[in-house]
Amino acid sequence: MKVVLQNLSKAFPSRNKKSKDEVIAVNDFTFEIPDGKLIGLLGPSGCGKSTTLNLICGLQKPTSGRIFFGEDDVTDLPAEHRGVGLVFQNYALYPHLTVRQNICFPLENLKGKDKLSKAQMEQKALAVAKLVQIDELMDRKPSELSGGQQQRVAIARALVKMPRVLLLDEPLSNLDARLRLQTREEIKRIQKETGITTVFVTHDQDEAMSISDLIVVMKDGVLQQIGRPQQVYDDPANLFVAKFLGTPPISVFDGRVADGRLFIGENDVMDVNGAPDGEVCAGIRPEGFVLDKDGPLVCRLNGVEVMGRDISILASHSACEAPVIRAIVSSDNTVERAEDSVRFALKRHKVFLFEKESGKRIAFQV
Amino acid sequence: MTAEAETIKMENNNRKAWLYLLPAILFLAVFMVYPLFDVFVYSFEEGYNSASQTFTGIGLYNYSYVLHDPYFLQAVQNTFILVIITVPLSTGLALLISVGLASIPKLRELYQTVYFLPYVTNTLAVGLVFMILFKRTPYTDGLANLLLSLVNLGPIDFIDGPYWAKMFVLCFYTVWVVMPFKILILTSALASVRQDYYDAARIDGTSRFRMFYKITLPMISPMLFYLIITGFIGAFKAYSDAVALFGTNLNAAEMNTIVGYVYDMLYGDSGGFPSYASAAAIILFAIVLTITCINLLVSRKHVHY
Repeated sequence: MKVVLQNLSKAFPSRNKKSKDEVIAVNDFTFEIPDGKLIGLLGPSGCGKSTTLNLICGLQKPTSGRIFFGEDDVTDLPAEHRGVGLVFQNYALYPHLTVRQNICFPLENLKGKDKLSKAQMEQKALAVAKLVQIDELMDRKPSELSGGQQQRVAIARALVKMPRVLLLDEPLSNLDARLRLQTREEIKRIQKETGITTVFVTHDQDEAMSISDLIVVMKDGVLQQIGRPQQVYDDPANLFVAKFLGTPPISVFDGRVADGRLFIGENDVMDVNGAPDGEVCAGIRPEGFVLDKDGPLVCRLNGVEVMGRDISILASHSACEAPVIRAIVSSDNTVERAEDSVRFALKRHKVFLFEKESGKRIAFQV
Repeated sequence: MTAEAETIKMENNNRKAWLYLLPAILFLAVFMVYPLFDVFVYSFEEGYNSASQTFTGIGLYNYSYVLHDPYFLQAVQNTFILVIITVPLSTGLALLISVGLASIPKLRELYQTVYFLPYVTNTLAVGLVFMILFKRTPYTDGLANLLLSLVNLGPIDFIDGPYWAKMFVLCFYTVWVVMPFKILILTSALASVRQDYYDAARIDGTSRFRMFYKITLPMISPMLFYLIITGFIGAFKAYSDAVALFGTNLNAAEMNTIVGYVYDMLYGDSGGFPSYASAAAIILFAIVLTITCINLLVSRKHVHY
């Protein structure tokens, strides 16, 4: 089922009764989620991700705009008729019911011709429990399960009625680091097996990058960029997206373009044909630095961290926004730690230019 | 540390713990345990004379007397009727009102205050108000009769009239007095149920009734159970309510309760019989204990902590 959001906006009345200012949580969203894909809604907290999710599932009504599931306009349809499954951040499993009863709960609500017999319910519950691998735990209460198991039960409960769209609100935030890695693979697998269009919300870019077919980057209720994870990483639309994606983060320098050359501080680092002259922000991905004795970018060397496969070079530069520049180079390189400066050449496709004020991307010939 | 040293340390810790508990234990022992024990002893002392502190023998005569006393049987009947009617009724109504309050966020605080007023009002003052509502005087039949006359019923004397009318007033009064506390507890219990559960249920197309029955009720069941147990105990110990409505001569009004009977045996016109009073008190204790145990057994199946 493809999901289309059309000029979707949601404004909340201000807390302060006197002021008429509204808080706009979602601002004029338009995008299409293709059928059967896993979409990550990504952004810092408070950017309107969860509100978007609530709008899709119908717990909140949009101020304006339309929502379509396939060809159906579901904007005015109440949540219970949309056929969505929602997994809550804290799972919201009914603590007084067993796993089996929790999973059967949505089925017991069915009425009329959809009504199922006890045996049918049992069969469906067991099938979905097998899918998420909790069929051994059917008679336990949620309090007797680990966080990861509770998560699976919540997914099973959302899946059992075969929703048209599956929504996950920060599905991994309550799990520890190891379980998080494992569960995100699991979510990917379950989504592939069922083929249900899935939207999940996260503030963790690793999570979004690793399992999504498409990521949607948001900031302050405004859509920043939508695309395949690698594409968004390699070709960020603006400074915010560039900074938000990637660990270690991108290093941003105050730079200047003159006669098609990019200057960082006093260093004439590379040619950027096509970029207009003026002040710019230059973002360089950590893997965009190449150790080079004659490289144009001269930085102070602060330290070296060996991480096995890679070496992380900690450096600083007066033109850099952040106090520390982190460059990742292959461990084939050796760095003379005694030196107090280090010189880099830059990989052209790992360098992005942005307008100083608006943060918009400036194109140049790579 | 050796095992021996560890044992000594444990013992020291134990001693310390007892030391900290001592003040509470002393007070409890003097004011709770000893009197309880004493009442138990009194109830078996036959022909006890409180002036000379002597008794003629030990046996079950006191119990036999009390159980054959028509006033006591009347009191037991009254108490049981009161318990059976008021506990379910007041708890049910309080639940209904709390659920209602929970769904009107705007006026909730105002109504909560209004509903809570009876709780802070003096029992006797409320009794006076009920007298005005229900009592017939040479000048007026009371507000209740005025309303009844609108539908061509009555007049009924609720205070000095037939037994059922008096019982009705007593039950009505009790329900009204105990409700505020229950509403207070239940509204906060309802507010503590996380919105997530309702959202999850809503997305799954759960009907409102089913949400209430399957989610709300189990979630607030510990509080509900607490109210039912304390409600039973409170109703079994009813006394001041009856006095507020019918005066101190409850036996004459056929409105005595078990606690009232105990009081009368101690201090009333027929007073000066601490042995009978003790026997009646022990019987009441046994009844309350039994009912509470039954409650606990039933609750194991239906209360979810």
